[in-house]
Amino acid sequence: MRGATHAKWAALATAVALAATACGGGDSGGGGGADGVVSSSWGDPQNPLEPANTNEVQGGKVLSMIFRGLKQYDPKTGEAKDMLAEKIETTDSTNFTITVKDGWTFSNGEKVTAKSFVDAWNYGAHLKNNQKNAYFFGQIEGYDQVHPEKGDPTAETMSGLKVTGDRTFTVKLTQKFSTWPVTLGYAAFAPLPQSFFSDRAGWLSKPVGNGPYTIDSYSKGSQMVLKKWDAYPGTDKAQNGGVTLKVYTDNNTAYTDLIAGNLDLVDDVPAAQLKNVEADLGDRYINVPAGIIQTLSFPFYDPNWNKPNQAKLRQGLSRAIDRNQITETIFQKTRTPAVDWTSPVLGEDGGFKDVCGDLCTYDPAEAKKLVAEGGGIPGGTMRISYNADTGSHKEWVDAVCNSINRALGNDRACVGNPVGTFADYRNQVTTQKLTGPFRAGWQMDYPLIQNFLQPLYYTNASSNDGKWTNPEFDKLVNQANAEADTAKAVGIFQQAEEVLRDDMGAIPLWYQNGSAGYSERVSNVTLNPFSVPVYDQIKVN
Amino acid sequence: MGRYVIRRLLQMIPVFFGATLLIFLMVNVMGDPVAGLCGDRQCDPATAAQLKKEFGLDKPVWQQYLTYMGNVFTGDFGTAFNGQEVTELMANAFPVTIRLTLVAILFEIVIGISLGVLTGLKRGRPVDTTVLLLTLVVISVPTFVTGLLVQLLLGVKWKWIDPSVSSAATFDELIVPGLVLASVSLAYVTRLTRTSIAENKRADYVRTAVAKGLPRRRVITRHLLRNSLIPVVTFIGTDVGALMGGAIVTERIFNIHGVGYQLYQGILRQNTQTVVGFVTVLVLVFLVANLLVDLLYAVLDPRIRYA
Repeated sequence: MRGATHAKWAALATAVALAATACGGGDSGGGGGADGVVSSSWGDPQNPLEPANTNEVQGGKVLSMIFRGLKQYDPKTGEAKDMLAEKIETTDSTNFTITVKDGWTFSNGEKVTAKSFVDAWNYGAHLKNNQKNAYFFGQIEGYDQVHPEKGDPTAETMSGLKVTGDRTFTVKLTQKFSTWPVTLGYAAFAPLPQSFFSDRAGWLSKPVGNGPYTIDSYSKGSQMVLKKWDAYPGTDKAQNGGVTLKVYTDNNTAYTDLIAGNLDLVDDVPAAQLKNVEADLGDRYINVPAGIIQTLSFPFYDPNWNKPNQAKLRQGLSRAIDRNQITETIFQKTRTPAVDWTSPVLGEDGGFKDVCGDLCTYDPAEAKKLVAEGGGIPGGTMRISYNADTGSHKEWVDAVCNSINRALGNDRACVGNPVGTFADYRNQVTTQKLTGPFRAGWQMDYPLIQNFLQPLYYTNASSNDGKWTNPEFDKLVNQANAEADTAKAVGIFQQAEEVLRDDMGAIPLWYQNGSAGYSERVSNVTLNPFSVPVYDQIKVN
Repeated sequence: MGRYVIRRLLQMIPVFFGATLLIFLMVNVMGDPVAGLCGDRQCDPATAAQLKKEFGLDKPVWQQYLTYMGNVFTGDFGTAFNGQEVTELMANAFPVTIRLTLVAILFEIVIGISLGVLTGLKRGRPVDTTVLLLTLVVISVPTFVTGLLVQLLLGVKWKWIDPSVSSAATFDELIVPGLVLASVSLAYVTRLTRTSIAENKRADYVRTAVAKGLPRRRVITRHLLRNSLIPVVTFIGTDVGALMGGAIVTERIFNIHGVGYQLYQGILRQNTQTVVGFVTVLVLVFLVANLLVDLLYAVLDPRIRYA
């Protein structure tokens, strides 16, 4: 039986191998209490980690830890509160005088001054720096000289920004924008230390900011270790010893690691696990509204979709979508059926209101009638385009089509049209190649009703992909921006929203929630309205 | 022999250019990568134009290809969209994947060939039937099922291993992922070896060796196995390339930051520089592995000579 010995050896080798791996188990984090380190899932940021160049959540996580701006959004209410700003004054909603608080420094010891802000903003706005959030500075006078739509810049700095003292500077906007100070909590407006300008590559390999954490080590593409900054001058000091961000190749793996106890925080619970999450984590699962809305846009640039009476068609389609059922069965209640074009995180004072009413309520009979009155679906079949590489877009688009087909009693009224990658999808959207409705998602930049309406539906606005246009809507938005009284401004924005509703410029589908799960090691885990975990408040038990 | 090697190396040049050109064109067909950089909103036209200029995307494709190839020969593989040099990405990813591939190949050789010899010698016996049945099961179950199952059982339920591999990705962490990655190929190696051994067992030279009174072990290792290994070596040789580039599924499941992961991310973000760079290196690996396999033939079977 010599042959059998071979098998024995092979079996033995496997056993040894498995035993060896068992020894390779990791030890997670140091002690507990104020020194405990939180480990959290992460994805490789898509862009270099500059404040004005980061437009997605993964990079946003880091910026939220290492930077503090003039304003800071309250993690619970989303309200913009003064952080580094001592005061922001204006008499005409166009000229603002900003005073920076005394006593703030970057973690390398350099003082945060008015110049730190002005230099950073000028850097962010300048075309040659390729900053993807440059448009944030678009309201400041002189932006069109440093960032012209065509040709080369004719100035190095924006004429609307002037340093008037060590801690004061003035900002001049091109038009009235009363709620402009609220936008200043966005990461793009963060101050930058001089080391950024003198050695950008060095800074990028280990960014230095003025937030409650400092970066201890950063190995690109795999992990970042952040330590609590003990000398942090702000009131929101870190409640833990530090945060370790680990890049995961797949959110399922991160979730498995959380269940196995190797990871403390997962802020993106994979769709496939939503069914098990209550059983796995119990009350250690959070599911809260975030400032994200998903809509269905229409190609108004296509003559077939831009006929006079088609508002009824769009309203009919909106009524043919069973939002409740889809959010429950496909999204396991991680989406909330939409009742307007903004987000519940704004709160009622901020402008969140059931504007859509009946038009967002499922009613197949009414839907069928409205679609017929609106001239029917152009060409008999509409194809809803989406990118098939991320999210569970395929599932919900198919469900929406099913719902529409059932309501209209026509199996071919609606089909999905998958596009392979997000980049290709965005490309087809922006070059106006799509000839049917397409999915659109909007994550707010700052918690203002203006941010949900103007960039998306104002004539030729930066993200008005469907090219919807309505002079009445534009007029009301302009009027609202000029209104100094915030409550009144919100009211006018809501009127604009009603104009949008009557023409159904886009069909609101649902609000996306932020979801996260955490281990027994940590507590006091919350998500802010941008669905980024509030790291500085996490306590290690 | 020397001349043969030189000829083969020369043949690699057109294959190399053809393969890279194809990849370059395929990635370009996917459309404008800059559109995906700004999330669900439109990049402002000026920034988009500036980015295109910087990445050379505003030039015609043939010109992009020539510039790219010119840079590759000076060791410059370009920059990924997140500002990292592609060579830096490679320096991080390839060592990890090479370790993973080594573990996988080792499993294929040790377990695959041992089981193959065992079943080949005991053809028709219960051992043979059992192993054949097992390989059939392994071949028919997709890797992601095996991977997720192993991860759940060993990592979460029994806690024998960490469910995910740390960024250091040391050899001991890679044993289980390597086994999962190797599983399907391992089953093929077993089956190939088995057939080959069973066939050669009745060959004249084996009977002669037995008649000479050689010990059984020597007959098997020196005479029988050596001749039976040729198809197996061919398979393992081509598998090296397949394992390195095709580990995407395994790498995602076990959180291994290797070539597969970088390629996957490169494709999602339509990052021409990353994708073409990594594939170029993989093409080279394939070519060299195949050359080595052909040379190994001569070592295994002295009747094969290259001139």
